[in-house]
Amino acid sequence: MTLIHLAILLPIIAAVIVGLSKKYSKRIHTGWLVLPVPLLIVIYFLTLIPDVNRHDVLYHSMNVMPNIGLNFDVYVDGLGLLFAILISGIGALVVLYSIGYLSHREDLTSFYIYLLIFMTAMLGVVLNDNVLGLYLFWELTSISSFLLIAFWYNRERSLYGATKSMLITMGGGFLMLGGFLSLYLITGSFSIREMIAQVDLIQASELAPIAIVLILLGAFTKSAQFPFYIWLPDAMEAPTPVSAYLHSATMVKAGLYLVARFTPIFAFSELWVWLILLTGLITLAWASFNAVKQDDLKAMLAFSTVSQLGLIMSLLGLGALGVHTGAAEELFTVAIVAAVFHLINHATFKGALFMLVGIIDHESGTRSLKRLGGLMTIMPITGTMTAITAASMAGLPPFNGFLSKEMFLEVMVNIRHADFSFLSDVSILFPILAVFGSIFTFIYSVILFKEVFLGKETEDTPKTPHEAPWLMLASPLILSLLVIVFGLFPNILSQTIIDPAAMGILGTTTALDTQIYHWHGFDSPALWLTVFIIVSGTLLYMTRHHWMFIYEYHKEHFTLNYLYDRGLVYSRISSKQLNDKFVNGNVSHYLAYVLGFFVIVSIYTFIVNGMAIDIRTASPITLQEMIVVTIILIALAGILVVKSRMVALILLGSIGFSMALLFVMFRSADLGLTQLAIETVTTTIFLLVFSKLPDKESYKYSVKLNIPHLIISVGVALTAIIIGYSAYSNRLFDPISQFHIDNVYDLAAGGNMVNVILVDFRGFDTLFETLVFAIAGLGVYSMMRLRLNTKKEGDDHEEHIDESRL
Amino acid sequence: MELITIILAGILMGAAAYLMLSKNLIRIIFGTAIFSHGVHLMFLTMGELKRGAVPVLDENVEAYADPLPQALILTAIVIAFALTAIILVLALRIYKELGTNDIEKMKGDPYAD
Amino acid sequence: MKSTLMRAGYKKVSRQMNDVFLQFASKVIFFLIVMFAFNLFFAGHYTPGGGFVGGLLGASAVVLLLIAFDRKTVHKMMPIDYRFMITLGLVFAGVVPTLSFLFGTPFFQHQFTYVEVPILQELSLHTAVLFDIGVFLTVMGACLLIITLVAEEKA
Repeated sequence: MTLIHLAILLPIIAAVIVGLSKKYSKRIHTGWLVLPVPLLIVIYFLTLIPDVNRHDVLYHSMNVMPNIGLNFDVYVDGLGLLFAILISGIGALVVLYSIGYLSHREDLTSFYIYLLIFMTAMLGVVLNDNVLGLYLFWELTSISSFLLIAFWYNRERSLYGATKSMLITMGGGFLMLGGFLSLYLITGSFSIREMIAQVDLIQASELAPIAIVLILLGAFTKSAQFPFYIWLPDAMEAPTPVSAYLHSATMVKAGLYLVARFTPIFAFSELWVWLILLTGLITLAWASFNAVKQDDLKAMLAFSTVSQLGLIMSLLGLGALGVHTGAAEELFTVAIVAAVFHLINHATFKGALFMLVGIIDHESGTRSLKRLGGLMTIMPITGTMTAITAASMAGLPPFNGFLSKEMFLEVMVNIRHADFSFLSDVSILFPILAVFGSIFTFIYSVILFKEVFLGKETEDTPKTPHEAPWLMLASPLILSLLVIVFGLFPNILSQTIIDPAAMGILGTTTALDTQIYHWHGFDSPALWLTVFIIVSGTLLYMTRHHWMFIYEYHKEHFTLNYLYDRGLVYSRISSKQLNDKFVNGNVSHYLAYVLGFFVIVSIYTFIVNGMAIDIRTASPITLQEMIVVTIILIALAGILVVKSRMVALILLGSIGFSMALLFVMFRSADLGLTQLAIETVTTTIFLLVFSKLPDKESYKYSVKLNIPHLIISVGVALTAIIIGYSAYSNRLFDPISQFHIDNVYDLAAGGNMVNVILVDFRGFDTLFETLVFAIAGLGVYSMMRLRLNTKKEGDDHEEHIDESRL
Repeated sequence: MELITIILAGILMGAAAYLMLSKNLIRIIFGTAIFSHGVHLMFLTMGELKRGAVPVLDENVEAYADPLPQALILTAIVIAFALTAIILVLALRIYKELGTNDIEKMKGDPYAD
Repeated sequence: MKSTLMRAGYKKVSRQMNDVFLQFASKVIFFLIVMFAFNLFFAGHYTPGGGFVGGLLGASAVVLLLIAFDRKTVHKMMPIDYRFMITLGLVFAGVVPTLSFLFGTPFFQHQFTYVEVPILQELSLHTAVLFDIGVFLTVMGACLLIITLVAEEKA
């Protein structure tokens, strides 16, 4: 447990405190209580920058479950630190923004608890060295994202978006776990650093392609790459601070982090490079093409985020090429630097844009482009900031987006020099895709600013728009300032943050000494491409009414969303059909199938494999034991035949108490005690339930001899006896309990072995058993409180949901 | 003694199966309760009976009975109780909603929706 | 008990009941059972007993009161929300294993030490007891929650 561990866990601890202080924090907006948490964390991580730049190894191990390899090992290098600063820094700004955005009437406590859980999860992902731990935190980000998207849970669209995002990202995460496990099979380690050290083994292994594909699926689903991007636009149903934080600045970048982190391991593989490069570029082109047609501002930004993520992804793919051919290859080191730089830039301008769109939505009541217009005179500050950040997104000088976009274009043009596979043969493809994507990026950036802030003022908005309060403007203002500062003085970042992160991706310790320039001379191809993009983008924007019709050719039936929805519907229908085939509604039939199958399979096994019964080692029989056994048998016979349920209950109780006696005779005092107490409580519940169930008659009529049932039961009894005998006679290995007997005092300082096993040796089981018990209690609670509305049939589904939420 | 307990456990399970196949919910619940008794007994027998003292540490004792099955059965007893409680309440609720405890009568039409 | 059995239709039993005796006896026996339950619970690490048995016996002590008196009287005697009890139990059971990180040991490693106390002689302190408190509270809370809920249901 070190400060870094604490920094990761601090948000979740704060979440508990926020949850507990719900009653006392009515006066003050919960956000003010939460704000110090990310602030503290970002300050702490900023102080780590010098350490990381000196290549000090910040590695701290913390054992969680060492036996299965699950540890909480933090490892801080440039890459992890960059993400950690982004997460906590943007987190602080988002919390500040949300104070203005969310009013007191919302369920603020839940909102901030989810947000804090997300913060911990995300920090845990980027600072973890253990892939199992990484996976757990990874899924936690999906869960918190689900909860945040569904924050307004009474809106149908929110639930749809939340479910969609969870299905896709968690499915991808699960596949990623498969990738991690195959890496474990190859290297025998869950530690990323050890995997990097054993890269030769991975290179030689046949499992490597499987691991690559699985891990990339995890990364692509999380980072909303083609064709998995469909969840991100629907995730925009979340409150805007969440969209700005999770769905543009941090969570969707987890996939990029994963790719970057595993670059040193997989860079040898052509599959890795091709998959990332192509997926990234296709995503860039496709999503920016689609962004232009969006009417909802947030949907436009969502598609824009997808395309920018594709851009960074493709750069990382080229960067892997650099590792592949040796880090000295200047060309591809630039790709990594560009990726890191654009990652930072995207977080600044897109975070700001989301917040600004949130302001527009908040103040005017709509996000529809058709209804907005001419807001510049009403909201001058918002408008100016939008202009700056949109210009940065479009790649216009002198903002930071221009610098990284130009590096990107240069790298894409330089692909033709690559000595890799048949990459140089198709090199013309990459600049074309890149320029295509950039042109449309330019177009939607223009639309975003011009349609909202310029032109005619509209009266169509639900609210009368006015400038937002300073509380909401503060965060986007800080981010916009960063856009300008990074644009004018990019080299304050290059040595301090970008280089260490790029070195972390490349896995080297040789200094890169990156210098970022605004001007590369007239012979730079990137300059001419930028000019071309601006000119053709402007032309296309002017003439957009003449070519926008092409979007109409994109029919509903060919979209991925349609595929997803149909898939969901058909999986439901087909599982229902399958179910109806076997489940005819007669419970005793099912049980007869199950038991009959059990009997037949056991008998078959015994006939085929033979059996040996050896009971020479049995213990002596005493009279008391026989008396108890007889009591049990008599009571059992009674239960089967008596027609009164009350008598049957008394007989059942006598069996229970006899069992307690047997336990005591067989030297297990704990069991005897527990059985006694349980039997008492069980009988009480039975009595209580009987008193509420006047239906005595049906019990009486059900006591009838049923020959087929009798045959099955006799079969069950015989099979159980035979299995018992053969299991008892054949011990394949020595019992493991000697360990517990020997170590009960030394390791656990206890005397009662049964209880020590329960609370110490196998305490994990007991923990979940208490959970089962609690769930049973709560299950009974909800069953007793739930009132099904039997009068209204038909569309009663939603009402059930409402009523179960008592 | 193991001879007898195994047979007893088998009979308990068989009788429980017979009860569980019945139509009446209360009888089914009786069946599950008895089935768990049978399983516990079988499980305890597998750890060999009466081969030592009660597994509580004592300086004068050489051999102990196997504590591991006991710990697992203790867990199982408690879980079985939770299960019994849940289905009892379920039976109660079913009776309140449908007015019957006969599982034949509560089938309904599977193609209703 | 009386009303319960009567509603179940067993009138013969109800005539033999005498509430006064039952109520007086149960007041005394309640404390005996509770003390026994605590004894079993705390001694559980060294002699037979533990959180499960303790919790169940504690629950059955309250059940005795519920039978002798009615639910409202018992609630007046002990105004405890059983749902809160379950939550508290789960918090104990969930938090104690993670405390081991404070000692730098793996998840679920319990800590123990021996303290020399005058008069009482040597005492052992063990975090397993804290975990067992979680078990105790959850089991007792869940049992009582189920029983009171069923008792509340109208016949």
